Amino acid sequence: MSQLIYLDNAATTQVYPEVVEAMIPFFTEHYGNPSAIYSFAGEAKKAVDEARRILAKGINGKPEEIYFTGGGSESDNWALKATAEAYADKGKHIITTKIEHHAILHTAEYLEKKGFEITYVNVDENGMVKLDELEAAIRPDTILISVMAANNEIGTIQPLEEIGRIAKEHGVLFHTDAVQAYGHIPIDVENMNIDMLSASGHKLNGPKGIGILYIRKGVKIRSFIHGGAQERNRRAGTHNVPGIVGFGKAAELAFNSMNERIAYETKLRDYLIERITNEIPYTRLNGDPVKRLPNNANFCFRFIEGESMLILLDQQGICGSSGSACTSGSLDPSHVLLAIGLPHEIAHGSLRLTLSEKTTKEDIDFTVDQLKKIIERLRSMSPLYEDFVKKQGN
Amino acid sequence: MYSEKVMDHFSNPRNVGEIENPSGVGTVGNAKCGDIMRMYLNIDENGVIQEAKFKTFGCGAAVATSSMATELVKGKTVQEALEVTNKAVMEALDGLPPVKVHCSLLAEEAIHAALWDYAEKNGIKIEGLEKPVNDIEEKIDDEDY
Repeated sequence: MSQLIYLDNAATTQVYPEVVEAMIPFFTEHYGNPSAIYSFAGEAKKAVDEARRILAKGINGKPEEIYFTGGGSESDNWALKATAEAYADKGKHIITTKIEHHAILHTAEYLEKKGFEITYVNVDENGMVKLDELEAAIRPDTILISVMAANNEIGTIQPLEEIGRIAKEHGVLFHTDAVQAYGHIPIDVENMNIDMLSASGHKLNGPKGIGILYIRKGVKIRSFIHGGAQERNRRAGTHNVPGIVGFGKAAELAFNSMNERIAYETKLRDYLIERITNEIPYTRLNGDPVKRLPNNANFCFRFIEGESMLILLDQQGICGSSGSACTSGSLDPSHVLLAIGLPHEIAHGSLRLTLSEKTTKEDIDFTVDQLKKIIERLRSMSPLYEDFVKKQGN
Repeated sequence: MYSEKVMDHFSNPRNVGEIENPSGVGTVGNAKCGDIMRMYLNIDENGVIQEAKFKTFGCGAAVATSSMATELVKGKTVQEALEVTNKAVMEALDGLPPVKVHCSLLAEEAIHAALWDYAEKNGIKIEGLEKPVNDIEEKIDDEDY
């Protein structure tokens, strides 16, 4: 394969060379344990503090409100499980949505088994959480609202400010899974009344295996990983110093270039959406047309199945992803696509393409040209399309 | 995740298409679970399958098993075609990932459905052929996937 067109940046991203460069000394030179007392560990400690400062500043939080974790899933698990435990005296009711990442949904299911009650609020056809339903779901025993900042599959950006206001008015904690949004779109934990926020390094050109949970001062959630006294006694384990440094560097680059990146990616994304919806019949765009992540495009192509499409794209050097059952290892297509009201057979034919600031117009043109051929080919093999065409003819 | 043979039959599927006025045609699977196979057979007066074609909505394994199933039944008698089991299809493809085994069951079922249609049209009974289920999931429901 001569070329690679990587359009799966929602899955993970390339680690930028500047990020790798920033990390390397903390493997080889400044390898000291930042918890140690001697001056040799000072560089490592300083670097961790600096990363913490950058990561907090990006969302208008305070450095002491940033807790390093092993990634987005750990942050989500921690936020939900520890809140449930800490506030169980107040109540055992948690509100979330039907389109959350599995790190939230499966944690919520786990808590259900432990005697908590979870309300899964619906979303509209664009994947936007229904605010009236959310507010109506709040009860005296509600302890937490967890709504993702932006959806990982269809890219819809949720109204965080409104959700934060509702949560605050009712005295309920508000957690947001911002794994797809952090460093990609502006988030302000003060304006949006966010009490907890999960983010991950590898979604913004940082390393894998490093994440944060922002915890507002005063929120009394406890330790999830027990052991040493790291992270103000709240998250044990020797600091992943190179990971933390890399995440910090990646966030610095991301926050400094955010406006340009949003402008560039949005323009390219809309060009991709326009070409695909204009040139490929029986296609729909999933997610909100405007309030969506700058790099996310998600489509359903009727009469075809997603995995077949991915394999044929891969043969042309194009990486994408799908919410079809066959790619998830289950028989059900994506819960997100079902939650926005798509029937199973249409949800099976989904394709997510997520761009980066390095994606070019040529990449997009090549992808669309290939996709047109692939879809035509798969439709010509599809009994559903055959039936559809015959029906049209009658 | 797929064997070379599966990739070959997915990338260059054999016998894709329709047959006008086939001796038998059967459609199995459902769109809900993401796989539908339709198999067309032309069977001569001696009960030999002269032509087999398919159309499939589904994943790479679904296409590959359909393609291999049509290859395996071509030239066989109706009785011989009944012996083309899902295992035979899988073996011919050098195996399938565990989560894709249901695709080979679907291919076997598609052969049976087309043969059933042929038997009904001709008012004959094919020994050992049971009425195929429309929805393959009914059959494999109890198995652990």
